[in-house]
Amino acid sequence: MTRAFALHLGVLRTVLRRMFASKLAGFLNILVIGIALSLPAGMYLLLQNAQGLVAQLSDAPQISLFLEMNAKAEDVDRLHQQLAQHPAVAGVGFVARAQALEQLKQSTGLSDLISGLEQNPLPDAFVVHPKPGDAQSLDRLRGELAKLPGVKEAQLDSAWAYKLEALLKFGRMGVLILASLLSLALIAVTFNTIRLQILTQHDEIEVAKLIGATDGFIRRPFLYFGATQGLLGGIMAWFIVTVSLLLLNGQLGALAQLYASQFTLHPLSFGDSLSLLLFSVYLGWLGAWLSVARHLSQIGPR
Amino acid sequence: MISFNQVHKRYPGGYEALKNVSFDIAEGEMVFVTGHSGAGKSTLLKLIAAIERPNSGSVLVNNQNVGALKGGALPYLRRNLGIIFQDHKLLFDRNVFDNVLLPLQICGFDHRESGKRVRAALDKVGLLKREKANPIALSGGEQQRLCIARAIVNRPAILLADEPTGNLDAAYAREIMAIFSSFHQVGATLLISTHDESVLQDSGVRRLILKEGVLQ
Repeated sequence: MTRAFALHLGVLRTVLRRMFASKLAGFLNILVIGIALSLPAGMYLLLQNAQGLVAQLSDAPQISLFLEMNAKAEDVDRLHQQLAQHPAVAGVGFVARAQALEQLKQSTGLSDLISGLEQNPLPDAFVVHPKPGDAQSLDRLRGELAKLPGVKEAQLDSAWAYKLEALLKFGRMGVLILASLLSLALIAVTFNTIRLQILTQHDEIEVAKLIGATDGFIRRPFLYFGATQGLLGGIMAWFIVTVSLLLLNGQLGALAQLYASQFTLHPLSFGDSLSLLLFSVYLGWLGAWLSVARHLSQIGPR
Repeated sequence: MISFNQVHKRYPGGYEALKNVSFDIAEGEMVFVTGHSGAGKSTLLKLIAAIERPNSGSVLVNNQNVGALKGGALPYLRRNLGIIFQDHKLLFDRNVFDNVLLPLQICGFDHRESGKRVRAALDKVGLLKREKANPIALSGGEQQRLCIARAIVNRPAILLADEPTGNLDAAYAREIMAIFSSFHQVGATLLISTHDESVLQDSGVRRLILKEGVLQ
């Protein structure tokens, strides 16, 4: 066990020595892999953040019913009962027009402007919490409520969130396609690196075969090289994404402040970071494996 | 130990390197294969290491039919052979020590044990003081001895040497032959090919004489 371990460690040491011997070329390879991986990883991260935002907003969809300006108190009461008994409604809240104005004053800091108004421009309103359902059933409910007497307008607050959700699905497909293409590119980069290595080590491979090396022995350093290069490329991608995020967050903070909000982008989670590294290791390994399988048999003797 | 039975080897293109060759070599024997260049000496050695395969007939090494071995078994056959190649096949990207170390790395020897073995092998061929040198800096005779050190470091039962004295002057050639004699004395089986009859005159050892692929 320890002997086998020492053996593999020895191979890894050789591989690292080779990698650091070709400083610039090795670094450029790692940079290429890092950039190729950071594009889909970065897009994925942005989507994750957008999705988090959408989830927050569309979590509890609600329908706002704005009543006619001249609605009478008994009409409002009747409507309240009607809504409370509706089978598709889970709960209903009433927002009186005076209360709404007060809220507006407090939350926006526009109190001076509002105080200057001659009359309250806001209507009475109901906030209807529908029972859970898909976008279509919610939209049907909205249409139904809009036709109730005394209701001037019904707004489904989450409608845009559903649209955004559809947009995100589109974006996810885009990331998937990009990730697939760039993964192929990564495999190709490793394939070619290993091909060049096999060419330069032609003599060593031939001699090793002649004096009794198994295919596994010959293959091992190349596979390790591919995997290590993949790992370093993955780490590079992680840094590119993380640094970009920090830069973006700096600007985003200033932007969000203008909107009196505190929105920031979350970095890659531990699980996602691990997936990124494992995936890049796997791709490097695969590229090396394909290259070795293709080129090693061309070196005699069999 | 080594047994050829009606072995025929034809290369692609139709050149017949060996025709109906049969012989036996017992364990611990030292045998020379002689003949002009192109007589089939190298082919004969390559068949033993399964670098080439016979078209018909059988090549037995340790009672194993080498010609029928599967690819996965070849490395283990070759580990039992020490091969000294005509063109040396030394690696110039590493020093003398690491060249000799390679067979031990391949077999998975541990670090300390292999260091001892490498130095013992270098000592036998008189290159212990050159272990840090690059093989390219060695003379022809020294390169040949390095090649021998690499072949014996694994302590194989059989040594195959293809023209080991090929380009060496008489004094160097005698030196190399003396090294082989010493292996013979400790029980190794040796098969040495040479076109240079002069190194054989005083040694009353067995000879296989090839002429245009036919054993005389």
